[in-house]
Amino acid sequence: MYVAVKGGEKAILNSHRLIAETRRGNPDVPEISAEQIAEQLGLAVDRVMAEGSIYDRGLAALAIKQAQGDLVEAIFLLRAYRTTLPRFANAQPVDTARMLVRRRISAAYKDIPGGQVLGPTYDYTHRLLDFALAAETGVGTPEAAEAEEPLDPHMPRVAEILDEEGLVEREHTDGQEAAVFDLTREPMSFPAGRDQRLQNLARGDEGFLLALGYSVQRGYGGNHPFAGEIRMGEVSVEIVPEELGFAIDIGDVVVTECQMINQFTGSKDTPPQFTRGYGLAFGHNERKVMAMALVDRALRARELGETAAYPAQDEEFVLYHADNVEASGFVSHLKLPHYVDFQAELNLIRKLRREHEERHRKEAAE
Amino acid sequence: MSAARPAWDEAYNFAYLDEQTKRMIRRALLKALAVPGYQVPFGGREMPLAYGWGTGGMQVTASVIGPSDTLKVIDQGADDTTNAVSIRRFFQRVTGVNTTEATEQADIIQTRHRIPEVPLREGQILVYQVPQPEPLRKLEPRETETRKMHGFGEYGLMHVRLYEDIARFGHIATTYSYPVMVNGRYLMSPTPIPKFDNPKMRNNPAIQLFGAGREKRIYAIPPYTRVESLDFEDHPFEVQRWPHACALCGSRESYLDEVVLDDSGGRMFVCSDTHYCATRRAAGHSGAMAEGSVARALAPSAGKQEDSHERA
Amino acid sequence: MSEHATTMEAAGLKPGFADPVFEAQTTFRTLLNALAYAGRPGMLSTRLDPPHPLGPASAAVALTLFDFETPVWLDAAAAAGGVPDYLRFHTGAPLVAEEGRARFALIADAMQMPPLDRFAIGEDRYPDRSATLIVQVPSLAAGPAVTWRGPGIDGARAVSIAGLPEGFWTQWADNHALYPLGVDIIFTAGQALIGLPRGIEAEG
Repeated sequence: MYVAVKGGEKAILNSHRLIAETRRGNPDVPEISAEQIAEQLGLAVDRVMAEGSIYDRGLAALAIKQAQGDLVEAIFLLRAYRTTLPRFANAQPVDTARMLVRRRISAAYKDIPGGQVLGPTYDYTHRLLDFALAAETGVGTPEAAEAEEPLDPHMPRVAEILDEEGLVEREHTDGQEAAVFDLTREPMSFPAGRDQRLQNLARGDEGFLLALGYSVQRGYGGNHPFAGEIRMGEVSVEIVPEELGFAIDIGDVVVTECQMINQFTGSKDTPPQFTRGYGLAFGHNERKVMAMALVDRALRARELGETAAYPAQDEEFVLYHADNVEASGFVSHLKLPHYVDFQAELNLIRKLRREHEERHRKEAAE
Repeated sequence: MSAARPAWDEAYNFAYLDEQTKRMIRRALLKALAVPGYQVPFGGREMPLAYGWGTGGMQVTASVIGPSDTLKVIDQGADDTTNAVSIRRFFQRVTGVNTTEATEQADIIQTRHRIPEVPLREGQILVYQVPQPEPLRKLEPRETETRKMHGFGEYGLMHVRLYEDIARFGHIATTYSYPVMVNGRYLMSPTPIPKFDNPKMRNNPAIQLFGAGREKRIYAIPPYTRVESLDFEDHPFEVQRWPHACALCGSRESYLDEVVLDDSGGRMFVCSDTHYCATRRAAGHSGAMAEGSVARALAPSAGKQEDSHERA
Repeated sequence: MSEHATTMEAAGLKPGFADPVFEAQTTFRTLLNALAYAGRPGMLSTRLDPPHPLGPASAAVALTLFDFETPVWLDAAAAAGGVPDYLRFHTGAPLVAEEGRARFALIADAMQMPPLDRFAIGEDRYPDRSATLIVQVPSLAAGPAVTWRGPGIDGARAVSIAGLPEGFWTQWADNHALYPLGVDIIFTAGQALIGLPRGIEAEG
């Protein structure tokens, strides 16, 4: 007698227990707290918040713990949680010119009004494993030296400096009236506006954008970019409640912003000038916003009358494949049973092979 | 309201989605029924299940389901496949509704890859999980292009593709996701059901709803609607047939799965629709390897006989 | 909820669904069946007491489908009295003056309804961007019999909607000819409703 495999439910429950056990690891080692993750794995938390589209360090840290440090899985957890949250209001645009800057650099000028502010960065560390971090005694409480002078509160954005001379294209708003596209509420549509594109890229997978940005630099998209400015720090978020009619501050978020400046030779109607690519993300996410700015600029190819011949310039290709929750879901769904369709294919292949054989036999006989 | 409120995990909204999301999906469903086979874009949300694992079907079910409904979930025709179990558990948790394996008793059936063997009745709702709603996607990767083709009802590309099959193999080499024309107007992907199930879509008394979560599309076939599998006059559409019966229930009418019994070519064929098979066995039907029959594996040579397949 | 109810009473508004999650769900299922089985009457189990001249079925459909994302057009009969405030409060839907901009139209006086071609019919690539009309009539059974055919109907069905203006079915034939574009209609009378999607051909 043949007994079909049953007990899917039991297997699932057992698998849940096993993953819980595996996640905990050796119980002799103290359990890590979400608070420790939020404090000590801050850049992981920043990435999860940015791509998970929720600004909440505690939830992001919890997601990282639950996902055993698998950041794409943690991003997925935040996104699924996001679905259950009602929407109270739309924020006013954040003003990054009024950012409380922690880091701000420009590669385009030696010095800039407000100064270059190196801030916390791994850029100039030597990538040597620091065994002191592995020592049982830990690192104690490292403290940075205070700056001799407080930061200049006036830090104009570098793109605005170029703008004074008319060397860089103007960013024009489409007015307060225009509703901003929100792809968490409506599906993508093409051709995509810049709002849809930037939201997609801000939520997009860092690795995917990094590779695309890199491809642009290597010639698959041919613009020479300059890091006009990268700034990171706190900006305040405001909403205008219907019943008040004026803006109120609801809190601060840390964001990273990148303005890439690109050459542009001009066209029939436009004199030669610099063009921009823009990147913005929650948290300290420099690699992400730089890649985002490169891809944003590459995707403007058609708008600027350039030939769009490379992957990074292909709007449907980039926007449809940037989301790692969609991508990892669809790749992983291949693990689901497909035996019904496989059976259909088996039937076909056997039939085709039989017909092939018959043909050969007939040909040999002739 | 007379219906008793069901017990669900009230840490979540009833059926997980917030009311605003349900309204948006419900509006899309009504438009989908008004234009059979047309893919309505909708603001799909992330679900607590991975994209590609049934998020579209889940959002449709969640927007339709009520406390007095009885739900059945199948994957590959079976109620006990792990993903079917997982989705059923999700709805038990977030709605508290009754679930069943019996096709006849279900008000809503969420499915992946199959249509049940037992004919559906009026009022039942079949919710398909759809990985790729666009039947033309493999021929034209761009949404902007395929949307134009649907707009103008321009489906020459698909006919060319099928005709190339005939030129090359002597027949159409599509065995699942076999494209259909709905109400004479829209080319539609029947999701990867085997073409064996295609004829069941036509003039079905039940409501057929399709949800593609990752691609954010919803479409529908109302009851009693024309659904035609594409074919050519000299190459009419035909479905898969097997030269043998189900080894458990003896059915010669159902879609069969091949089960490999050993590594020397032994195999058997059983119904993919587990409830259909169990019902037949309970009614006294039995196949070659059912309980009470002589236990034996098919000899390796028996596997070769099976190569005859499409008899139709 | 109680705070909500107090504000509502203070504004002199009639209440909406007592249990919004479940009443919207049953109303939607009746609607889903109505659009699926075109021409077959559906009875709503929810009992609303909306402001005049809104009928209970029209109100239930509105509360189930309208929100801030759906511009709504009201005919003169519906726009007078307490209906606009009721809809604004319970659904948050923006009310628009132009028929062509509406996703939904609520028509309380069917005899005076504007021609169907004033409403959005969708676009070639997006036929879903079309209006759904909720048309209140005195009866769904006492009018002249019209034979309906199309998706959702096994063969043909005789439907006898009362209180439609002269020439309505000619307009409907024009609307049907636009298929897959066109408007869809939900007829309501008291607690009952009938769906007429654009794919239905009607013969007098």
